[in-house]
Amino acid sequence: MQYTSVEKIFVKGNEAVAMAAIEVGCRCYFGYPITPQSDIPEYLSRELPGLGGEFIQAESEIGAINMLLGASATGVRAMTSSSGPGISLKQEGISYMAGSELPGVIVDIMRAGPGLGGIDASQADYWQATKGGGHGGYRIIVLAPASVQEMYDLTMLAFDLSDIYRMPAMVLADSVVGQMKESVTPNLRPQTVLPKKEWVVRGRAEGTPQNVVKSLYLGDGEMEAFHWKMQARYKELADNECRWEEVQTSDAELIVTAFGSTSRIAKTAVAMAREAGMKVGLMRPITLFPFPKKTYAALSERCKLFLDIELSTGQMIDDVRLSVARDVDVAFYGRPPGAGSLPTPEELFEQIKKNYRARA
Amino acid sequence: MRYDVFFAGYGGQGVLLAGNLLSYAAIHEGKNVSFFPAYGVEKRGGAAMCTVVFADGDTGSPVVGNPSVSVLLNQLSFDKYAAKVKQGGVCIVNSSLVETNGVELPGIEVVLVPMNQIALDMGDVRMVNMVACGAYMEKSGSLKSASLEAALKKALPERNHKLISANVKAMEAGALAARG
Repeated sequence: MQYTSVEKIFVKGNEAVAMAAIEVGCRCYFGYPITPQSDIPEYLSRELPGLGGEFIQAESEIGAINMLLGASATGVRAMTSSSGPGISLKQEGISYMAGSELPGVIVDIMRAGPGLGGIDASQADYWQATKGGGHGGYRIIVLAPASVQEMYDLTMLAFDLSDIYRMPAMVLADSVVGQMKESVTPNLRPQTVLPKKEWVVRGRAEGTPQNVVKSLYLGDGEMEAFHWKMQARYKELADNECRWEEVQTSDAELIVTAFGSTSRIAKTAVAMAREAGMKVGLMRPITLFPFPKKTYAALSERCKLFLDIELSTGQMIDDVRLSVARDVDVAFYGRPPGAGSLPTPEELFEQIKKNYRARA
Repeated sequence: MRYDVFFAGYGGQGVLLAGNLLSYAAIHEGKNVSFFPAYGVEKRGGAAMCTVVFADGDTGSPVVGNPSVSVLLNQLSFDKYAAKVKQGGVCIVNSSLVETNGVELPGIEVVLVPMNQIALDMGDVRMVNMVACGAYMEKSGSLKSASLEAALKKALPERNHKLISANVKAMEAGALAARG
């Protein structure tokens, strides 16, 4: 198959997600079309049947997320994808998956909102993704690719982390990274050691014990025990799975921080600042949950000025402020998403200059 | 070396195919490429644009505020984007459809190419994007014409491969016109 070659290919971010899902053994996809992510179901509807897989265009996003729950309960790797309006509809199912300790990958190619919003890029679903968009108090793994290569690699990682930690995992991107085409190396599936899925529901014909997958805990202390167990798991995630990229932070007097598409634009702005002789660096979280708090804390011991940049009016900044030392200033530059509001590197460079000059 | 180019026109002019073509040509030359499209919800007639960045190293931001070269295929994109070209950069204009109305663009080299007319003379107005690619190649010197020819095989579906030689001729005509 073409995607197991090591030759570079030229594909859209959305296509890279679909190819990576196949490479990593996902054979079940359930979804409902919505711009700007429809290339994912388009690709998988073409490819999965020939691989003995299942592609189902569900009756709705709610149907699709519950099919994901059901497929995952049988132990297979499965995926769904959507954008803002559809991801909102899926929240009930995501909460049930979290409550049932089920793995499964959800891809969110963010578009402007609220409501139907628009089809342009947005980062305004950060809170929804990282804070538990459904009810009950839970977290899911959230990965934020900034390139088509990362769309490929992080989709594979999402499946592995999801299986290892028995939690839903989300790939959180937007229409810039989803619709953009880049040259990509279609890497092979990583050789991760995965836990055996002892908990699957496959009927008793195979001699497996009776398993129950549920999110209902009525017994005395049962619900509380579930929550403490999950809290311990979130800590394990934070201790072991934080990923980030730092660019020229070691001598920086201002650290720009941004994720996903915006970080790509910011990285070029940081390079412009360096060219102009300013000591500016970049901190890009790749895992949004777990958020790389310790790295921010360590960086802020030395650098006392951060500039958080988002394609929203400011959401990740909450986590940045909670992570840095107390004597650190966190400035903000962001624009609400929508047609025409994607910032340019030149624009971000102006913001860097303004904040750099004003530093203490 | 890092090159960036911005293409804009209306949907149907082949702006996205032109960007794809340049991307494949750059990959053919071993470059890293990012192709960032933006277009309206309409199949034809809406605004269509794309930014292509290619480099030996990191391509950096897929979004470029002040492009080194802009290729503007209709009036709307000229009015909106001509002045955004970087100082010392090149603005290639489809003079068949664009009236520059004496607009001054200091520090920007403006190259007028009657792209629709050239495409029509070559036999099909739909080759306007190929004429545009040829003009870009000529002014930027960034890609070899052999790479563009190889790229056509990748960017076009097989059923259209019979049109490759006509497209190559349209590119050559675009380059010639841009040479002035």
